Amino acid sequence: MKNNWNIRPPFHPEFDLERCDYRNGCQICVKECSFGEISLKPIKGKDGNILYRPWANMRACNSCQRCVKMCPQSAIHIVSEPMHTSHGYWKTEPVNNIWRQAGSEGGVLLVGTGATGPQKRYFDHIMFDACQVTNPSIDPLREPMEIRRYLGRKTDQYGGKVGPQLKLEVPVMFGAMSFGAVNLRVQEAEAQATRKMGTYWNTGEGGFHEKLRNYGGNTIVQVASGRFGVSEDYMKSAAAVEIKIGQGAKPGIGGHLPGEKVSEAISKTRMIPEGSDALSPAPHHDIYSIEDLRQLIYAIKEATDYKVPISVKISAVNNVAPIASGIARAGADIIAIDGFRGGTGATPLQIRQNTGIPIELAISSADRRLREEGIRNTVSLVASGGIQSSSDVLKAICLGADAVYVGTPVLISLGCNVCQRCFTGQCPYGITTNKPGLAERINVDEATQALTNLLHAWGEEIKELMGSMGISAIEALRGNRDRLRGIGLNEEELRILEIKHAGA
Amino acid sequence: MCGIVGIINTDGKVIDGSHIREAIRIQRDRGNGLGGGFAVYGSYPENKDKYAFHIMYEGGRNSPVISIVEDYLKARANIYQSEQIPVYPNDRISRAPYFKRYFLKPIEEFIAPEQTEEDYIVEVVMTINKMEGTFVLSSGKNMGVFKGVGYPEDIADYFRIEDYKGYTWTAHNRFPTNTPGWWGGAHPFTVLDKAVVHNGEITSYGTNVRWLEMYGYSCMLKTDTEVISYTYDKLTRLDNLTKEDACYVMAPSLWEEIDRTDDRKKRYLRQIYGSAMINGPFGIILTHKTGAIILNDRNKLRPVVCAKDGDTYYASSEECSIRLLSPDVEHIWSPKGGEPVIIDFPEEF
Repeated sequence: MKNNWNIRPPFHPEFDLERCDYRNGCQICVKECSFGEISLKPIKGKDGNILYRPWANMRACNSCQRCVKMCPQSAIHIVSEPMHTSHGYWKTEPVNNIWRQAGSEGGVLLVGTGATGPQKRYFDHIMFDACQVTNPSIDPLREPMEIRRYLGRKTDQYGGKVGPQLKLEVPVMFGAMSFGAVNLRVQEAEAQATRKMGTYWNTGEGGFHEKLRNYGGNTIVQVASGRFGVSEDYMKSAAAVEIKIGQGAKPGIGGHLPGEKVSEAISKTRMIPEGSDALSPAPHHDIYSIEDLRQLIYAIKEATDYKVPISVKISAVNNVAPIASGIARAGADIIAIDGFRGGTGATPLQIRQNTGIPIELAISSADRRLREEGIRNTVSLVASGGIQSSSDVLKAICLGADAVYVGTPVLISLGCNVCQRCFTGQCPYGITTNKPGLAERINVDEATQALTNLLHAWGEEIKELMGSMGISAIEALRGNRDRLRGIGLNEEELRILEIKHAGA
Repeated sequence: MCGIVGIINTDGKVIDGSHIREAIRIQRDRGNGLGGGFAVYGSYPENKDKYAFHIMYEGGRNSPVISIVEDYLKARANIYQSEQIPVYPNDRISRAPYFKRYFLKPIEEFIAPEQTEEDYIVEVVMTINKMEGTFVLSSGKNMGVFKGVGYPEDIADYFRIEDYKGYTWTAHNRFPTNTPGWWGGAHPFTVLDKAVVHNGEITSYGTNVRWLEMYGYSCMLKTDTEVISYTYDKLTRLDNLTKEDACYVMAPSLWEEIDRTDDRKKRYLRQIYGSAMINGPFGIILTHKTGAIILNDRNKLRPVVCAKDGDTYYASSEECSIRLLSPDVEHIWSPKGGEPVIIDFPEEF
């Protein structure tokens, strides 16, 4: 009975038929909509002939805006349903979710991208301090401004060893997004853009496709709990190897690539049978404690002849500071911490919205703990999870990060409208899909240019921000909380972030 | 904005304090009367084998903190001489603390096996500096610091620095922009025999101070000068870097140049000491018992002029001070940003 209820989706397209070119047979929106929301409805023309106009099915619209962007006549806009209930406490979303679960969908609710909740975005409560009179600001158009970073293990005592390093010409890397979650065209664009700009991209846990192996010098490969595509060759083909313990969008949760997405190419790259589900267990089944992690780190170091840095990626949880210290002492050269806003191709809704902590607090605590133990300079910290702009990058660095990973900004650069339906494999922009007809919507050259533009623009903005703070080399900003001030934060928040309130 | 002057004789010839008083006095515009000070080397030849502690006590000669500090010192060191530092009050100086001078040697059995004698002295100084109402102005051998709140020439008169003789003199005229003026916070700032006079406001402070804290330094004064002094001390005393390398760490060359010359040592130093880079404007004269270093930030955002006349080097924020000291000097130049002038004496005087 319930299944027959007409539950309207939260959005639907509306068509301005005055503008719409349906009379001349334009059906672009129908073809572009990958969710099957738009169909054609026959209507009678003035002279009695049959015309087909676009029609909203009221079934599946996610406000991906693909039809809006592709309509040559600007005849479409997406409207949002006002509400499902009039109740002050039971709002549309929880009610809708329960309907979906009690109805045909059942089971665990899935979503893509990062958490959408109302939790405070600390970056917005942090301002930079600038130079006035007593110390001069620096004009990046006149003076050299250095934003290069080296990631990896370093001695902090003169005469000691510096381990293998990643050299970043921009302090921004592309975070882990696997072949399977995204398609090869996206990965190829990431590889080309990072090579061009002197930084790194991360294969994620889905293996390293043969076609991209010549970009190994700018590639970080992942070893995750599913061990997909992991071989000696795989690890030796990259500039760094990252052990993935967790990610911000689903702390403590594994991954699941449904069998229908495991095509021939994905099967080969992941080294699993075609059509079989690719399951990443929640924990690594050989890591039940820190000493096990140490063994895996050194196993990989042995396999790669100690020639590449080993990174360990964890999701930001409350205990992140002692965990980071343990990871540093276990031999990791880089620690990547992913805040709860971090994106994903698929995660249970409840986990995404309710687990983990903000990256701003996590990176600050981890940096402080490593300093208190006197080991901060031996290891590099990478922050990720919800970074939206170059100023977020620089704030993360002032809070103690050496560099950042971004994922969602990569997808947005390629057209993503953040509709959160990545897990469906229906991505209308051709990003998080391998479906023929959709994946081709990515043009590798254009995508490469878009990502190169993004890195370049952020680099320039970072230089401007540094100039206003009177800083000419980015290492003088790492952990430099004195260049930050908090606005609207309480004493406890200020203490954790180790910053003063604005005006102080 | 501040003014600095240094007079450094490489042959051990001593001059009295009247010269440096005049040299800093004509830079009066660079200060605002909230801080002035002098460092002198060679001032205590009769006690040159002992550490000379200049200690200030707030609250006058009856301050209870005096006996606390002295009891602590007696328990940690053999004090050979202890005296009031003579002062000559004038109406331009007010609310001065009480100053005492001690000549001492550490009690050797208390020096921990992993410590050098100098590490031990630093620990003693740090402990006193954490106490309320007192501050160690200087703690090196055969040297001393005189400083306070006022214009430098008035501070000079208060201590009558013309009564002291030294082969190296530095002076500072303060225009405080960050920390309020107080007697301990005036410059020069010292660790052991190293004294720094500094003009600038560094923007890397937050990074530098956190790096120093990892190695046991506590930056009580919250001033740039303190951070620069400790950074240099950490690099040269604890990590055994040469003076050139320590200067390079604080004001390194561009990555572009390191790449071009493929200079592995420079790349290594920049990689491991990224947090010790001093960013933002600064010009410093760092003096020690066997020489001096003059260094500018790599963008040269503060003025420093150097000169050499016979066996005497001069360094100053403004050329006028040098012209006053040595009117006919011929060899005078402005060092480039990030390129240190390093002066080494042939022997210890």
